[in-house]
Amino acid sequence: MIEKARAADGAGDDHALVESVIIRFAGDSGDGIQTTGALFTQDSAVTGHDISTLPDFPAEIRAPAGTLAGVSSFQLNFSSREIHTPGDRPDVLVAMNPAALTAHRKDLIPGGMVIVNADAFTPQQFRKAGLAEDPREDGSLDGYAVHSLPVTSITLKAVAALGLGKKRGERCKNMFMLGVICWLYDRDTGVIEKLIDAKFAASDPETAEANRLALRAGHSYADTVRLVPHRYHVGRAELPPGKYRRITGNSASALGFVAASQLSGRPLLFASYPITPASDILHELARLRQFGIKAGQCEDEISAMCAAIGAAYGGALGLTATSGPGVCLKSEAIGLAVMAELPVVIVDVQRGGPSTGLPTKTEQADLLQAMFGRHGESPVAIVAPASPSDCFHMAIEAFRIAIRHMCPVFFLSDGYLANGSEPWRVPAPEELAPIPVVFATDPDGFEPYSRDPDTLARPWAIPGTPGLEHRIGGLEKKDGSGEVCYEPENHERMVALRAEKIERIARYIPELEVTGPPSADLLVLGWGSTYGAIRTAVERAQARGCSVASAHLRYLNPFPANLGDVLSRFDQILLPELNSGQLRLLLRARFLREIEGLNKIQGQPFRTWEIEQKIDAMLADAAPTPDRPREATRPDATGAASP
Amino acid sequence: MSAEQPLVYKRDDFRSDQVIRWCPGCGDYAILAQVQRMMPAICEQTQTPKENVVFISGIGCSSRFPYYMDTYGFHTIHGRAPAVALGLKLARPELQVWIVTGDGDGLSIGGNHLVHALRRNFDAKILLFNNRIYGLTKGQYSPTSEFGKKTRSSPYGVTAQPLNAMALALASRASFVARTIDTETRHLQEMILRAANHRGSAFVEILQNCNIFNDGAFDDVKGRDVKAERLLHLRDGAPLLFGSDEDKLLVPAAVSDPNCYLAVADAASITQPALVHDEASANEAYAYGLANMEPPTHPLPIGVIRAVEQPTYEDLVEQQIEDARTRHGPGDLASLLDAGECWTVD
Repeated sequence: MIEKARAADGAGDDHALVESVIIRFAGDSGDGIQTTGALFTQDSAVTGHDISTLPDFPAEIRAPAGTLAGVSSFQLNFSSREIHTPGDRPDVLVAMNPAALTAHRKDLIPGGMVIVNADAFTPQQFRKAGLAEDPREDGSLDGYAVHSLPVTSITLKAVAALGLGKKRGERCKNMFMLGVICWLYDRDTGVIEKLIDAKFAASDPETAEANRLALRAGHSYADTVRLVPHRYHVGRAELPPGKYRRITGNSASALGFVAASQLSGRPLLFASYPITPASDILHELARLRQFGIKAGQCEDEISAMCAAIGAAYGGALGLTATSGPGVCLKSEAIGLAVMAELPVVIVDVQRGGPSTGLPTKTEQADLLQAMFGRHGESPVAIVAPASPSDCFHMAIEAFRIAIRHMCPVFFLSDGYLANGSEPWRVPAPEELAPIPVVFATDPDGFEPYSRDPDTLARPWAIPGTPGLEHRIGGLEKKDGSGEVCYEPENHERMVALRAEKIERIARYIPELEVTGPPSADLLVLGWGSTYGAIRTAVERAQARGCSVASAHLRYLNPFPANLGDVLSRFDQILLPELNSGQLRLLLRARFLREIEGLNKIQGQPFRTWEIEQKIDAMLADAAPTPDRPREATRPDATGAASP
Repeated sequence: MSAEQPLVYKRDDFRSDQVIRWCPGCGDYAILAQVQRMMPAICEQTQTPKENVVFISGIGCSSRFPYYMDTYGFHTIHGRAPAVALGLKLARPELQVWIVTGDGDGLSIGGNHLVHALRRNFDAKILLFNNRIYGLTKGQYSPTSEFGKKTRSSPYGVTAQPLNAMALALASRASFVARTIDTETRHLQEMILRAANHRGSAFVEILQNCNIFNDGAFDDVKGRDVKAERLLHLRDGAPLLFGSDEDKLLVPAAVSDPNCYLAVADAASITQPALVHDEASANEAYAYGLANMEPPTHPLPIGVIRAVEQPTYEDLVEQQIEDARTRHGPGDLASLLDAGECWTVD
């Protein structure tokens, strides 16, 4: 519910000050919904709000217009305080047609605002959406503030002077709607006009002008009709000082890999095959030839993996990015990287599976595939970024681990992180720790499978080094010399060495941090993209006085060294995952601890309330009773006070 | 090694200390011997120090090859050698990259990679050992096995047409396409040297015997008593003649002929001169005509079918990097991270 408050934070007299707004744009996949959402997000970020976004679109490029299947949406949460999720239920729903309204109105908060394009509410559109009558008049919107605006017709008038014709003119209707929304939230259209110019001015000045006219018309229209008596004003968020930009997970990943290349002084070779939702990493890196980045599209997933291995063999940073189906294809080659002990990074932007599954929807169901999805005992390191901007940091970490430990590293992103965005404090390059690279050069006593005593990594001995000519491959190696060796004891030793090498990574990665009390009734543990929802849910529960803390795993293989200790300090553990319990399976096997799962496999991220509800349920079940004092169940607790 | 130092090597410099584990009598021995024999000349002619030579292979009998070369070597996985080689060559254009593959490895499981390697024209020397059988898995038919051939996996006969590696290479727009035979020692040496000196993907099919699972694989063309009549030696600028007395020649064919590009004629009964071989011919139909010739209607051509100069993949990528740096300046991380619409929080 939007709270109205007296203006203080720069808001005028006719403004209602609100802390946060969740707005969802919805329309046909051809309506420019994603663009509209992205523009308003950028404007919100530049205005100084904290932001978090959730784009959601069909797998089809142009699904049948007007149908429920063709609805694309974009949700933005913008706030004057720190936020970690795109929000649960929108305060405002912008629906460009009846199908969009029908698909999304159930999510709207009670009493929320609905803004629709009245021109799209025709009997023909009702039929396409499978509706018997006008959804504005069937009673389902009773209690909501409904604004039905003639968006298409006014847009056409606004751009009429350009003589674009009806079809092109109509395409500007999303900009008109955006102008209305800008007015609603007390913004002018300057930032968005600049963004439109940056996109179109050079290549298509007419389209730029049409969009600008429609945008301004929407703003003026809302002002003229006084769409609401009080416009809403959201104050600037108090983010740590610094320079910020809005970033998606895929962009942050790409930038992180460029940074890893610069920090290691090694060229980056990125080999990839187009796949949703990972392709944007390819698009981003393909543009950056000036960084010496050799980004290329391969003939298939296998080839992309193998090219990354070939690059790593040659001393470059070998990188590939894909989604689950691509990982299946790459598996054999990843096994080769395990055997050859070469540093490669595999990005898996997870999506709903199995098979083609839900190409544009998010899921966390590839953890076990990353962990075990190869024949033989084939351990790899696994990291998982927690938020879109965290992708930058974890991309660097992935290569740091790969190079230090001479092993393949999985980087488990997902569709939600990949396309979602948030503000990112831009780091100065000097804030980033260099990645040391050492190549073997001394032929004296050289053995390709000798090992560093601390990490157990083998030397990185690259072709072109005189005197180190040697052969490697997928056949089992003799410990030390690396020659082909089928001896039974040697094989067992090598299997153990490869496993131990990965386990020792735990000595070099940060310990798991607990947010909240170091010991409490309940720990909510998470990994990957669930971070924002878990953190927000736990903070709310803490604010209500619940004895609960959260912790988030960004290193999944090996686990941080203190994980077992952390788990032992809590009575109960809740593990929300967007799968059927994959991390839970690993943790129970490893620590023999009972762990409660909260599992959602709908192609959608967690809503905060879903986790809050589970927290409440678990704490209620475990509520102390006179014959079961709380402390007795937690003998090793050091006290329930906050740190 | 600096360019001033002469690159003088001996054959033995390329022999590794590994015990060779091919079956006695295998054609692979002959190929290995000739590659090792030619490497000193190759290093000298291409100005490549030995440490810059890398052999990459897939899986199969032929793919054990790198273990026996005292160079850098990578025995990868089935069919994927061209993909690994691509990554290596892109990362390290100064390396001389060889790919050793077989008819199963290169034309079946790795067929896609081979096609795209040739299409990209990245600088790699691809030696495809074709023995028309799977040897390491003990005698199953391969993509080049004859139609109807009975093997352990086709006891009633192979029911698919054999794949023509030369035609496939041409269809992939390969810039260098050649064929040779394991037992034709001098010819094999010459083709290895030619491939090594070609810039771009150089594809050499080596017809090779498997004396265990497909003995006599190519006896019908290379046998001492038949080869004069059944092999056509391609020499750039020389007329297409064959036969023990060079009494047969190739002329343009009629559309109705078995091979619609090239027809065999008897020198005694025709006044038309033989076609003259041109490796760099812009007429693709001519190269296809050669690639599609086979007994019994035609001789089997060996030698360089096509050799043209084309820009290499890695050169084009390096050029794009250079162009991007000219246009945008060298990549600067700070300005990349700062790019886009930024705002400052004080």
